[in-house]
Amino acid sequence: MPESTFEPKIVAFFCNWCTYLAADSAGISRFKYAPNIRVIRVMCSGRIDPQFILDAFAKGADGVLIGGCHPNDCHYQEGNYKCLRRFNLLKRVVRQMGIEDQRLRLEWISAAEADRLRVVVNDMVEKVRALGPLNWSVAPEPLAPVHAAGELRVLQEVSR
Amino acid sequence: MARDYLYFPGCSLKATGVAYEESMQELFRILEMPLRELEDWNCCGATSYMAIDEESAFQLSARNLSLARQNGNSDLMAPCAACYLVLRKTQDYVKKYPRVHRHVAASLESAGLPMMDGVKVRHPLEVLYNDVGLEKLESKVVRRWRGGPVACYYGCQAVRPFTEVDRAHNPIRMDEIMKAVGVPTVDYSLKTKCCGGALTGTIHDVGVRLNYLLLKEAARKGANAIVTLCPLCQFNLDAYQVEIQKESGESFDTPILYFTQVLGWAFGADPRKLGFKRGIAGRKLLKQWFAEHAEVEQYV
Amino acid sequence: MFEQNGSVRIGVYICQCGTNIAATVDCRAVAEAAAEFPAVVVSRDYKYMCSDPGQSLIQQDIKEHQLNRVVVASCSPHLHEETFRKAVAVAGLNSFYMQMVNIREHVSWVHANRKAATLKSIDLVRAAVRRVARHRPLERGRVNIHPDVLIVGGGIAGIHAALTLANAGKKVYLVEREATIGGHMAKFDKTFPTLDCAACILTPKMTAVKNHPNITLWTYSDVSRVDGYVGNYKVQVTRRPRYIDEDLCVGCMECIEACVFKQPKFSDEFNLGLGKRKPIYIPFPQAVPPVAVIDPEQCIQFKSGKCKKTCVEACGDRKAINFGQQEETREIEVGTIIMSTGFKTFDPQRIPYYGYGHYPNVYTALEVERLVNASGPTGGEVICRDGRKPKTVGIVHCVGSRDERTNRWCSRVCCMYSLKLAHLVKEHTGAEIFNFYIDIRTPGKGFEEFFQKLLNEGVHFIRGRVAEVTDWALDPSEENKLVIRVEDTLSAFVRRIPVDMVVLSTALEPQEDAQDVRRLFNIGCSTEGFFMERHPKLAPVSTFTDGIFLAGCCQGPRDIPDTVAQAGAAAAEALALIDAGHVEIEPNTAFVNEDECCGCRTCIPMCPYSAITVNEIRRIAMVNPVLCKGCGTCVAACPSGAMQQNLFEDEEIFEEINGVLSYA
Repeated sequence: MPESTFEPKIVAFFCNWCTYLAADSAGISRFKYAPNIRVIRVMCSGRIDPQFILDAFAKGADGVLIGGCHPNDCHYQEGNYKCLRRFNLLKRVVRQMGIEDQRLRLEWISAAEADRLRVVVNDMVEKVRALGPLNWSVAPEPLAPVHAAGELRVLQEVSR
Repeated sequence: MARDYLYFPGCSLKATGVAYEESMQELFRILEMPLRELEDWNCCGATSYMAIDEESAFQLSARNLSLARQNGNSDLMAPCAACYLVLRKTQDYVKKYPRVHRHVAASLESAGLPMMDGVKVRHPLEVLYNDVGLEKLESKVVRRWRGGPVACYYGCQAVRPFTEVDRAHNPIRMDEIMKAVGVPTVDYSLKTKCCGGALTGTIHDVGVRLNYLLLKEAARKGANAIVTLCPLCQFNLDAYQVEIQKESGESFDTPILYFTQVLGWAFGADPRKLGFKRGIAGRKLLKQWFAEHAEVEQYV
Repeated sequence: MFEQNGSVRIGVYICQCGTNIAATVDCRAVAEAAAEFPAVVVSRDYKYMCSDPGQSLIQQDIKEHQLNRVVVASCSPHLHEETFRKAVAVAGLNSFYMQMVNIREHVSWVHANRKAATLKSIDLVRAAVRRVARHRPLERGRVNIHPDVLIVGGGIAGIHAALTLANAGKKVYLVEREATIGGHMAKFDKTFPTLDCAACILTPKMTAVKNHPNITLWTYSDVSRVDGYVGNYKVQVTRRPRYIDEDLCVGCMECIEACVFKQPKFSDEFNLGLGKRKPIYIPFPQAVPPVAVIDPEQCIQFKSGKCKKTCVEACGDRKAINFGQQEETREIEVGTIIMSTGFKTFDPQRIPYYGYGHYPNVYTALEVERLVNASGPTGGEVICRDGRKPKTVGIVHCVGSRDERTNRWCSRVCCMYSLKLAHLVKEHTGAEIFNFYIDIRTPGKGFEEFFQKLLNEGVHFIRGRVAEVTDWALDPSEENKLVIRVEDTLSAFVRRIPVDMVVLSTALEPQEDAQDVRRLFNIGCSTEGFFMERHPKLAPVSTFTDGIFLAGCCQGPRDIPDTVAQAGAAAAEALALIDAGHVEIEPNTAFVNEDECCGCRTCIPMCPYSAITVNEIRRIAMVNPVLCKGCGTCVAACPSGAMQQNLFEDEEIFEEINGVLSYA
């Protein structure tokens, strides 16, 4: 697919109380943003099972965006912290699979931050567009040594 | 205080503002904070350049910053408010706008100069306030000020965006420093209003009128002198007093001093090295204030 | 997924929402695409799905085509999920066999490209179709509503809501942070536009609060903890010591008279520092409760322990003074909560060029309210801080409002209170008054007429945002004056108006601790920091947390009549819940698939509500559905997949993921 016509598909998991409402509010404010995201509503970012994200990538998502309440502002007190913990771990796993960092993103967006939602979505779409499609059929590009020397070594050692 | 400062004089301090340079060198010598002049410096890019060709202004400014960077990343002190502002503005624009960054980087590269990261542009007033501190300044005082209250005048450039000299509205650091060394100040409402800048040269009537307002309000508030931190402010207020007197019929003979001159005096500097003689207005008053010095004729 | 008596039969309904959706999304194309999806029996687009005919269309189809699942693609589920759940229930379907797709807020309103918006809508509808096939019938739980109500904040909003509820026979706890109720309104002199005296209309209501058998009034108190959920809130209230026993004090003020400080010496908060008070004081004569307070920071007994304690002597047998009084906490149970925490006024020192705090004769409007008030620090005489009686007064509008550098919003009441103060100051002093305004905004009953009255009284109006207030004098007429510099935008030149007194009409801002309070009660704030209503039009006093309602300026700037109306509305919302006696709750709680649970306890620490316990005999986790709030954090953590969440089961979400990504 030539790069110019590539439209990334991004699966977004938004929590019901902050980021989903921010998206609603962006609509009410008629803010325009890139049409590349597909929002899946969950009650809390703490509900997001890492398997959802892996499944999304496996089924062809070019990026996954997670939106939750700001630290300290979770509707369920601390679900967003649980989400962050899982996210940090998953990020390492995903990196080892050769999925670039920009393809998986966690953002705290409160119900009041409709404009920020617009900025984040546009920014993510642009970055993923620049990366091109996530193509599992070819081998992942070699990891950049600056970012992932550690992982690379681990991978090599394991394969030996 | 063993810290050393790179020093960017700019054109004013080598010309109309020589008194500023002299008094500042002397002041920092007394404070044991030696100044090292930036070698091979060039025009800072302020005023006309910035107005006519922003791109060139940024490049000029960037060259100075890059030279400073080569000099070991230390603080670059720019006493002239115009230099100070344009150097900081350049840093700000290079950081914020990729287009400016590209142009500046390309231009520096073509001259074989490094990019200018990490240089901190400082103003001597803010250096004295932050690095030396009011307490230390107070402890250095050896002469009593006999000139009565002064009006501290900051002008516009030192308090614009990108600067860190003082807050933008009602700045007070010069006032605090003056008070610390025993010089009373008045509540001068025009402390950041326009000195006319280059208007005294271009639209002369307007420029001179602005200076008239500044002088008149300072006198009304009971100030015997105006203390400045910018060579252009000092020049405008100083040079046109005779003309203002003629036009308005009101008499003005107000000494227009640099804060470095007042501090140098308070700290017991050799008065001949403070450049009092280079001022135009208010010489009579200065002579009176400093009358107890037998050699006053030599330096005022 | 199959129904017991046959296969899944799905109806898909694409709403055009007039042109709101149809303008950007090709609704017919979406409906046609949906018709091809597996198990879809009917697929239609229609002008307004939420309308009566729209709903009947679904109900008819359910009957006619034996539909057992429905997908509605329209607006946000936050708006109409309930509507469509009820609609399918009417036709005999379980309400949770309905799934909504948000193609208005999330698609048509935020995208411009019709093709992309349509493709996105199709993806989202596909996801919903695949998801809804997995849905299970669910029953809503019911919780009882505790009939008592907590009201936080005792300004006019809290007072009115408390009296409304108490008069309806409900028990109310009114918690106020200050030593007296009354809020900002108690500080006002007159109210616009009728100019009736604020105290005369407020203080009877304050007294009524104190005397009402159904109201428990706790002043000098803070809410320190909130637990529970709609109908069943457990609230902890901290009562700070005022060192006076409320039950014993009769408000005679003899202790204040007798205090060893012969003269009032300390800044008087009620008069905004314009007057003085003693360490023992009553904020103002009509304070409720009429009980003294001791400031331990100033009282000699607290500072040195060596006071003659003349106050105790004066109190005599009543023995109301208690230096040993301690902070107390009370636990209460309530079913509903009304937030009426009010606002704070903008601090004009944030705009240094207006000279507040620098020039003594620059005042805030609230300070002038106290100056013109007969019971204020000057007995109603308008005397400036420098002792002068002003001959000219400048009133600067929009200080901290409608300004990118401070607050962008219009504070709504400033125009009217500025006009009121112009009238009052003129009446008190005969001074010449200048109003500096951007626009005069007088939407309200009798407001515009009041403005006309002021014009006829000869008050000056200059249109322009004031540039600065300075003591810079150009000529003798400006000597010893404050000069207001302003661009008069109607005559297009810069003016200098010398005045004796400047009044800054300061903005209304969210309370300093609004963010902390919001977290405490688990409600939201809008961008500018006022508490967020559930819907700006259709649910203006509700919050996203069921059972918590908003009244007054904590939700946004408003005047007294609007505040009282809103307080009445909040009380009515609370009453509606209480009188229904119970509320149905979302069934989206977690549940355990007992065959798969191995009792590993991973889920236990995930739950912030302690809703999960382990049955030690069977070694399986168990969820208490009353405590579970349905976040699903435990579900994501469960290693065996035994923990699931109703409406958000793993399978349902996987279907959604596959739905948005597959092209079939």
